[in-house]
Amino acid sequence: MLISIIRFAANGWIYKLYIEPDFHFSYAGFEWVQPLGSYTYILFLICGLSAIFVSLGLKYRIAIITFFLSFTYIELMDKTTYLNHYYFISILSFLMIFLPANAYFSMDAFRNKQLRSQQVPAWTIDSIKLLLCIVYFYAGLAKLNSDWLIRAMPLEIWLPSKYSLPILGDLFQQSWSHYAFSWAGALYDLAIPFLLLIRRTRVLAFALVVVFHLLTRVLFPIGMFPYIMIVSALIFFDGDLHNKILSYLSRWLKISKSMFDNSEIYTFPKKWVKKASIALITLFFILQLTIPFRYLLYPGELFWTEEGYRFSWRVMLMEKTGYANFKVINPDSGQRFYVDNTQFLTRFQEKQMSFQPDFILEYAHFLEDHYEQQGIDNPEIYVDSYVALNGRGSQPYVNPDIDLTTITESQNRQTWLMPFNDDIKGL
Amino acid sequence: MKKLALILLSLLFAWSCTDSSTSGLNEDDFAREAILVNWADNIIIPAFEDFAAKTSALKSATEQFSNNPTQQTLAELRQEWVESYTAWQRVSMFEMGKAMELRYRDNLNIYPTDTDEILENIREGTYNLELPSLNNSQGFPALDFLLYGLDESDQELLSYYTTHENADSYKGYVTDVATRIDTLTGTVLEEWQNGYRDEFVSNSGNGANSSLDMMVNDYIFYYEKILRAGKIGIPAGVFSGTALDGHIEGFYSKVYSKSLFLESLRASQNFFNGRHFGSQATGESLSSYLEFLNSTKDGSALSGLINSQFEEARLRAEGLESNLSDQVKKNNTKMLSAYDALQRNVVFMKVDMLQALNINVDYVDADGD
Repeated sequence: MLISIIRFAANGWIYKLYIEPDFHFSYAGFEWVQPLGSYTYILFLICGLSAIFVSLGLKYRIAIITFFLSFTYIELMDKTTYLNHYYFISILSFLMIFLPANAYFSMDAFRNKQLRSQQVPAWTIDSIKLLLCIVYFYAGLAKLNSDWLIRAMPLEIWLPSKYSLPILGDLFQQSWSHYAFSWAGALYDLAIPFLLLIRRTRVLAFALVVVFHLLTRVLFPIGMFPYIMIVSALIFFDGDLHNKILSYLSRWLKISKSMFDNSEIYTFPKKWVKKASIALITLFFILQLTIPFRYLLYPGELFWTEEGYRFSWRVMLMEKTGYANFKVINPDSGQRFYVDNTQFLTRFQEKQMSFQPDFILEYAHFLEDHYEQQGIDNPEIYVDSYVALNGRGSQPYVNPDIDLTTITESQNRQTWLMPFNDDIKGL
Repeated sequence: MKKLALILLSLLFAWSCTDSSTSGLNEDDFAREAILVNWADNIIIPAFEDFAAKTSALKSATEQFSNNPTQQTLAELRQEWVESYTAWQRVSMFEMGKAMELRYRDNLNIYPTDTDEILENIREGTYNLELPSLNNSQGFPALDFLLYGLDESDQELLSYYTTHENADSYKGYVTDVATRIDTLTGTVLEEWQNGYRDEFVSNSGNGANSSLDMMVNDYIFYYEKILRAGKIGIPAGVFSGTALDGHIEGFYSKVYSKSLFLESLRASQNFFNGRHFGSQATGESLSSYLEFLNSTKDGSALSGLINSQFEEARLRAEGLESNLSDQVKKNNTKMLSAYDALQRNVVFMKVDMLQALNINVDYVDADGD
């Protein structure tokens, strides 16, 4: 996690993503979360420091809460950068607030004998396993659609362009390899939770995890996620392995590990804390299990409207490219002109905006406010937009005859998007 | 566990046995490096060589004019100006390497030019054309003003270089601007000839910093912002709501704006098709790459659609007045119609072509959602 923050800063992304743009895309309900100007750097610093404290196990509870809040705040500032694995880190750190991860081999346990315990209740570890299983299994379910399985999309677009990789580069020029990778990917996601849970297949499963994630690291620009998942998967192994790792670590750091081996079982300081933790975690998992299915409540093709797409472990499912050209009309004078998006958005924001309906709408409302301030009363905003999805040719996206200032986010997206002239079957 | 390993192995075996002749793609890897070689050797470098020869002639003509400002030398200088400005349209899109570092395009072709600043520079006699703040008082648009726009008649215009109290300063400024165009161009060409060509061609990998991705991004940027918006959209008032008849190339010489635009459009289409500079021959290109990938849109080949859209735009632009400034004032509808034809290709290139080539717009992690 710490490395993630450092990488972010090193790439100059703090400036590029949060400070440079004039305008940020907010999540519904979290419009108040805005970048803090130059203080954004301090926010990242806090986040990084709290990550250090968490890994040291020093002032664990405060550190993990700080980490959860600061990391989540960073993510909420601009949804342009939404990535499933950032969401994973947010909810994992939320979950960890309620777990006694500082009971063993930590600074807290070193300083506080009372806390020190060799064992923790099984459910605390199982809850993390469950979360990982959900991530994989749901990602697998989401792949069970006709684009992924029958058309090998979007891998058929992505893989051939990796021509410069040794060996694989040539392989990717052949269409059977796209099918092989699509099917293997879906199978992997669906099977891996079970392979990890069953003791006999665990080593094989972990080897698969390593191969799979290293492959995705090579193929796609997804940053730290592969490493995070590989390390996270270690949680499925039993205590022996972890003890061995910690022994190495303690020898290297010259810390006595045996002082933690006191055969104590961790108990929550108060009964109600335990009860509340369990209740909250149960609620958390019920939500986690249902949220990915919320798309069923919305009409229309999910990939087209994207209503209920995020927070559902739909990873690497779409290649969507778009183009959106906004037209402003002054109703009093009849004057009309097009907006130069680069005036308000970075190239990355413009790209993400151009194929996601909620972005298009939020930006249209931003333009409405902007031109109202410029002295146009009740400007009308139309958009001429095209989207290409998974190798289909570009199609008109938003209905160009609808004044977007009259549309709200709560409105059914099908009423203002053009119909998707194809059918994607599956979950 | 053994069973599972067996299943996996047999699956692997099954994949390797799959008959690859059924595959949709040619087994031979499409030679992307061949595209880069074609671009560099047959298009970019010859275009810069041609342009550099013309800027050098422009510089000489300026010197001759300064030594002896007459109707005759003025006519010759104007001729060199038109020819080099036209040749410029064939290199302007290659803003990479040294050109990007120098902000080449900003130095050579910002219009409308800042006439007040030019006159002030001449009056004061002290100026540093290397300052970014002086980008809009140099390059081809500044020469346009100095060679055509100082006064009504040629006779009166010549007097600025002969009898005017600052005549030396006028002559000096014209020479300095032409010299700077020539020097910058020489620097860019020299880099291409010494090392950058090999760097460009060998950077044939994939990813945001590969030559292919960079060039395609630059190309589309050029088409969308410099050609479509800069030459047609902005003067037609597409972005402002009211026509801006002064925002054209060659505003003072009046008759060249359409032909400069057409030259730029032709250069864009030739680049798309990989047509060699100054020849009918073609090589590997975006168009042949799209054909190799078998990219279609609603059943027709994408490369064909893009080409016919280029033709459509040219057809509509050819009907315009040679002075786009007049066109905007007299009948802006025709201008807007040319714009619409250009606009259509932005969608084909930015959406369909980028998706087919799997080229990203900018470098930030994104997992496809």
